[in-house]
Amino acid sequence: MVILEAREVVKSFGGVKALKGIDVTVQEGTITALIGPNGSGKTTLFNVLTGVLPMDGGKVSFLGRDIGHWPAHKRGALGMARTFQNLQIFQEMTVLENVMVGGFRHTSSGFLSGGLALSKARREMDLLRKEALGFLEELDLVQYKDTLAGELPFGLQRKVEIARALALKPQLLLLDEPAAGLTTKETISLARFIQGLRERSMTVFLVEHDMDLVMGISDWVIVLNFGRKIYEGTPLAVKRERSVIKAYLGEKRAQG
Amino acid sequence: MKRDYLLLFVMALIAFVLPLVLPGDYYVEVFLFAGINVLVALGLSLLMGYAGQISLGHAGFYGLGAYISGALTAHLGWPVLPAALIAIMTTALVAALVGWPTLRLKGHYLAMATLGLGIILYIIFIQARGVTGGASGLSGIHPVHLGRWYLDTPRRYCYLVWTVVVLAFLFSINLVRSRTGLALRALHYSEVAASTLGIDVARYKLKVFVFSCILAAMGGILYAHYITFISPETFGFMYSVDLVVMIVLGGMHSLWGALLGGVFFSLLPEVLHRLEDLEVVVHGLILLLVLIFLPGGLVGIIEKVAEKIHGNP
Repeated sequence: MVILEAREVVKSFGGVKALKGIDVTVQEGTITALIGPNGSGKTTLFNVLTGVLPMDGGKVSFLGRDIGHWPAHKRGALGMARTFQNLQIFQEMTVLENVMVGGFRHTSSGFLSGGLALSKARREMDLLRKEALGFLEELDLVQYKDTLAGELPFGLQRKVEIARALALKPQLLLLDEPAAGLTTKETISLARFIQGLRERSMTVFLVEHDMDLVMGISDWVIVLNFGRKIYEGTPLAVKRERSVIKAYLGEKRAQG
Repeated sequence: MKRDYLLLFVMALIAFVLPLVLPGDYYVEVFLFAGINVLVALGLSLLMGYAGQISLGHAGFYGLGAYISGALTAHLGWPVLPAALIAIMTTALVAALVGWPTLRLKGHYLAMATLGLGIILYIIFIQARGVTGGASGLSGIHPVHLGRWYLDTPRRYCYLVWTVVVLAFLFSINLVRSRTGLALRALHYSEVAASTLGIDVARYKLKVFVFSCILAAMGGILYAHYITFISPETFGFMYSVDLVVMIVLGGMHSLWGALLGGVFFSLLPEVLHRLEDLEVVVHGLILLLVLIFLPGGLVGIIEKVAEKIHGNP
């Protein structure tokens, strides 16, 4: 079953066409990777899909709903979570609080019931706290729960972002370069972790430069170059495809 | 975080005892006006310290509360309570109308819009002579009373003011501990991340802005019905700046900064007025030194001292 489908997505920045009519389909329960050289439009596509940037044209549907012009918060509330390549951590909040924000869509008490500390508002906060602790445990972050997230080293901040996204309990998780800046050992455990998510029937869509990671865990790989999809297929097929090798290594190397 | 409720209890206790022990009405009155400053600063602290949005026009909302409530009692003879409610609702409506378009934009558009609105309101206070009394002021504002019992002494009115302050703090402490507080702080540090997590950023900014303006209006109402005579200069741009100084002085990262900053700022002129000509200079110098050397404000010092004593923050 298709969980996310984008058709003819177009996005320009001033005169520069970053996305020139891209079609993408993500099947439910798979790990799908988006690869391509720098500047090929991967992060832009993620930003358009999650509503962080408005698109100039095209269609996006998620869970059967036409969400192409929805604001980001409505997409999040529907069950789409993401991490950021350049980290968007809540710096001056504790690690626990960061992850609690992730569970926001599962709560509903309003301004007044919060200010009056009605029992519903307090129950919801207790629940958020409890669930956030669970996700911290899963990612080995419990010891940092009261640390300000901004004070953590880079690799741990990435993990906090992943825990925060998981706390949303998304149907679709978009990871933007989750392995960037990680050591080889950390990357291996990340790979295992992402595979574990698939076993929990979560769909994962990731942008990644680490080819070993991509080829090792993905069910399907989509290749972008200069704002166009140039190829898609299984990891094995992508490795053999000449156009992909050319995009990455240049014309001459591909021939030699 | 039970600590906040303990501090609130201590504050309530001090506010109850002080009017009884202060030597004379003059000091009670200083404490009363400090309470009004604290109330308005508290709203600004929620807006700036928690949600990261700047308002440079809070004096305008303070004035709006004072003038509407004051004029309804002075001109139309309304009782104070309905006049105050109308003043609060009108201020909230004005805040929403200004905030709705500006808070959808990223960046400091709210600062610009509120700066402009503050100035416009100030001009209205001066020019709408029929309603506001113009530059010579609005007199005949009704004092507050419960039946035949008039809150016309500084001590009685001081209790009214600080009761409102304590309740406003209670509401605000609850609020920052709720999911709303979580959302406000989240959007302060990353609007993008907050929105992808399902938080309607523009809506939360609008809610906290309106609430903050309501507290400002309540401050103005309390002021107007105590003084019973108001004139425009009280509600000018300088007071908007003073409010920002109060919360920076007290410490923006904590609601208690509004309390310490508001009280400190209100007491400073009382201590310094003996210096006569030098008062303004020393006043400015003290503020400058605190802002430069104490980035966490007065709350920051106390937190550091407490950390040293207890060994934990």
